[in-house]
Amino acid sequence: MKRNWIGGTFGWLWLLVVLLPIYFVGITAFKSISTYFGSNPVLPSLPVAVENFTAVLEADFGMYLLNSVLVALGTVVPLVLMAFMASYAIVRGARRVFAPVRSIFLLGLAIPVQATIVPIYLLIIQMRMYDSLAALMLPGIAFGLPLSILIIANSLRDVPNELFEAMSIDGCTEWQKMWRLALPMTQPALVTVAVYQALMSWNGFLFPLILTQSPDKRTLPLALWSFQGEYATNVPVVMAAVVLSSIPILVLYAFGRRYLVSGMTAGAGK
Amino acid sequence: MTTASPASAPARAQRPGRRPAGAPEPVQLSHLLFAAPALLFFTVFALLPLIGVVVLSFTTWNGIGTIEFTGLTSWKEALTRSSTWHGLWLVMLMIAATWLLQTPLSILLGTFLAGAQRYRNVLAILYFLPLLLSSAAIAITFKSLLDPNFGLASGLNIAWLAQNWLGDARLVWVVLLFIIAWQFIPFHTLIYQGAVRQIPASMYEAAQIDGASRARRFLSITLPQLKFTMITSSTLMVVGALTYFDIIFVLTQGGPGVATRILPLDMYLTGFRGNEMGVASCLAVMLVVIGLGLALGVQSLGGKDASASQMEGA
Repeated sequence: MKRNWIGGTFGWLWLLVVLLPIYFVGITAFKSISTYFGSNPVLPSLPVAVENFTAVLEADFGMYLLNSVLVALGTVVPLVLMAFMASYAIVRGARRVFAPVRSIFLLGLAIPVQATIVPIYLLIIQMRMYDSLAALMLPGIAFGLPLSILIIANSLRDVPNELFEAMSIDGCTEWQKMWRLALPMTQPALVTVAVYQALMSWNGFLFPLILTQSPDKRTLPLALWSFQGEYATNVPVVMAAVVLSSIPILVLYAFGRRYLVSGMTAGAGK
Repeated sequence: MTTASPASAPARAQRPGRRPAGAPEPVQLSHLLFAAPALLFFTVFALLPLIGVVVLSFTTWNGIGTIEFTGLTSWKEALTRSSTWHGLWLVMLMIAATWLLQTPLSILLGTFLAGAQRYRNVLAILYFLPLLLSSAAIAITFKSLLDPNFGLASGLNIAWLAQNWLGDARLVWVVLLFIIAWQFIPFHTLIYQGAVRQIPASMYEAAQIDGASRARRFLSITLPQLKFTMITSSTLMVVGALTYFDIIFVLTQGGPGVATRILPLDMYLTGFRGNEMGVASCLAVMLVVIGLGLALGVQSLGGKDASASQMEGA
């Protein structure tokens, strides 16, 4: 068979395009400020400088990291729980009530989140939650529900009806069926939702921007942004901050690639 | 459902619970309780804000003081501002340019990655990397990369790369479109890769026996088979382009001047910097309406079947 030259050329060229900026961040983070100004920008230079990372850690990076972790956990755990329970009701419940419920959640897929920031800001102020980490979790949960329910309900629908009937005959309640049968059977979907929503929360920028103002409430993307303002002339320090803020996500990708990919394509893959 | 004919009665009696034929399925309290927390959250923090933005568009509010209902005042203000029309024009430009740039590239790369060779799986893993990074991190990275003195231009010693990329009203768009393509092409490539892999191999084999060239096979088999995927990908792309915010916010803040002040950014700046929440709400309503219109428009390009099959599995 003849080789696919066009595809191949594009494929490898794109790899270069993808990797070059990442490579640049990686090598620049390990340059001291003087080598940054003196050396070739696209070549690594020795000796390796770790001072940038120390500087980032001293600039309260640990606090921003903790904030991001707290917001991600506070969003993902209730989100997965609620989405799972709602999916159970939608798949197992009476159609005449839960088909409309399903439609309401599907409608949510079409809401552009950006368009709701003014009312959400008003709502959070009224609830006296402005400038708190909890304020970031609430809209995160709400806007994560539609896709999460879509993924979990699809997986739950594949569980054979006979298994549920067998449990009914054994006298199990709906509550027991949900936790003992539905939960283990939909585990991959639950992990997919959790991993994907954790990524969304981790990289979220808009809600932290409009719902917080104190430096001690900043999550990582917002902290990166203000870092860039403070250290405008010290690019290596900023690049070190980019590296440190991305490491947790790279770890997540290394262990849960399959789940991340299916989470990403779930909304589109049909 | 409610008027079951006698013929269907035996089949229905088989179902658990053994309801009399024709009786509506009973609604269980437990199911309602299971769905309640999600419904409550979704109603309060997603549906209510969606209605709220329409209500707020008929008010005047500076973000701190009292909210006053002022009828169409904010709408008149929003619709007579040149910044609104400028933002609208830019967002249309963004949608068109994004689509034209990303769709062909994503299809090509997706088709390439769909090949069975093992190294292409490795490429797919690496292609995915930009999707992991926050927009803030990406914008900051490219800002340094584009620096004329300490970035790519001096590193590779290519003179034409040393331009004032973010300071020129035209060049900044080249940069923006490139960065957004860098960020999102991996996602669409992923969708197309999955879709190409689902095309039956027998179709290609038949074409090969007929002596069809690679280009011919791509045009007559691959592309037509990707129709529904193209609709899905385009919908996500078009609606996504309507709401790009963080990357532009961090990279240019709408500048130079107002060159990149697209509608979503204009909305944020009007509301949260200019303290005109009423006018910002009008702009938000426009975004919702345009978004829905575009989504329905793209979907209808694929005919009724497409949207029907989309909702089927949900």
